[in-house]
Amino acid sequence: MSAVAVDCAGVWKFYGDFPALRDISFQVPEGRCLALIGRNGAGKTTLLRILAGFSRAGRGQTKILGTSPREADARRRIGFLGHGIAIYDELSALENLRLFGKLYGLPDPDHAARHWLERTGLERVRDGLVREFSRGMRQRLAVARALLHNPSVLLLDEPFTALDDRAITVLQSVLRDALAEGRTVVMSTHQLREALELATDVGLISRGRLAFHGERTPEMLSDPGWVYARYGEA
Amino acid sequence: MRFLRQVAVITAKDLRAEMRTKEAINASFAFAIVILLILSFAFDPTEETTREISGGLLWIVFTFAGTLVLNRSFARELPNDCLDGLLAAPVPGSALFVGKALANFVFILAVEMVALPVFGIFYNVRWTRQFWPLMLVLVLGTWGLTAIGTVFSALTVNIRLREVMLPLLVYPLMIPMLLGAMRLTALLVAGQPIAGDDTVWLRLLFGFDIIFTALALVLMETVLRG
Repeated sequence: MSAVAVDCAGVWKFYGDFPALRDISFQVPEGRCLALIGRNGAGKTTLLRILAGFSRAGRGQTKILGTSPREADARRRIGFLGHGIAIYDELSALENLRLFGKLYGLPDPDHAARHWLERTGLERVRDGLVREFSRGMRQRLAVARALLHNPSVLLLDEPFTALDDRAITVLQSVLRDALAEGRTVVMSTHQLREALELATDVGLISRGRLAFHGERTPEMLSDPGWVYARYGEA
Repeated sequence: MRFLRQVAVITAKDLRAEMRTKEAINASFAFAIVILLILSFAFDPTEETTREISGGLLWIVFTFAGTLVLNRSFARELPNDCLDGLLAAPVPGSALFVGKALANFVFILAVEMVALPVFGIFYNVRWTRQFWPLMLVLVLGTWGLTAIGTVFSALTVNIRLREVMLPLLVYPLMIPMLLGAMRLTALLVAGQPIAGDDTVWLRLLFGFDIIFTALALVLMETVLRG
């Protein structure tokens, strides 16, 4: 039995009186990939931000590899990709990755930056300013930034958004390698087909509740809307 | 050692980003020069009283122009949610504070170094007679402004009216520092050394900087990560 990488226990989140998350509990063992699906506003991003330590749960607790995600030690082991790409427009691709490599205390930030630029197909434009990049290129650079420090747990908020076919293939390959290396992935997505190809588990969030959580089944692959039809809101 | 490396990385990033966009520094330079020019019409450059109010006049210009730099300090992290990227990294809030404060300090001091000669020309004042003591007062006053301003820049970054809120929150806190810096600057611009009772103001500047830097180092983690 693998150790638990992501532990979410009885998490509630309130915005004023409104409960955005209601008693969410699940565990993701190491090396697994959980695809969080749900309609817009269901609470996926809120949950991911709590798991990443950006936001506090109103009730309940979260742990990443046994530690609170707000601890510096846990942050070192989390790779987070949110709605914003967290990349500086006025710096080049290489400068951006080097910057984050240094902040994470990598022994050779330059080497790591060049490796991930090559891995995400951005080596050719490494010295170009990010403000001149297309949306897909920026998203690929953001993926490189999230993976740069070899995190054990990847938290990805809609990573396939705005990617073209080639970029989706690159990202899928990067994530497949990450899973093969034993990393854990939790991603929210609306691109069901792309996500379900990678996912080992699926969680459906509906109006702040975890309406379904279980292993990905062949039915889901053949019909990505199957979970919605069976467990989702009408 | 790791702390200092992280500080250096943050400072270098802010300096590089600002030198490429020049958003804050250009606005701050222009503002300082325009205010000095406008006020030069209000006061007669030949009057002795103009020299006597030089400290107040200069620090009003430095504070207003500095606020433009400080407003951009954390607002620079908003596009693309870059602040999330920084907060996700294992960087303590205190390192973020020192890194950003050092970059702000360099920018504001650069504005002051341009504004001073312009002031000398517009107001017909030989301000270099006590050059090094004047530089000391500028450095101490500017660090005080930067330390408070950087913390409040982080605190107001997600507020819609942050450009208004930052000065409203920062200026009242800066009154003790401004009193000392204005008094000493007026003295030094007039060519008199800091001596006797006036050394109290110098000690006040040192004390102000130490207290607010210590408070910022302690509070920044809470301000940024809640």
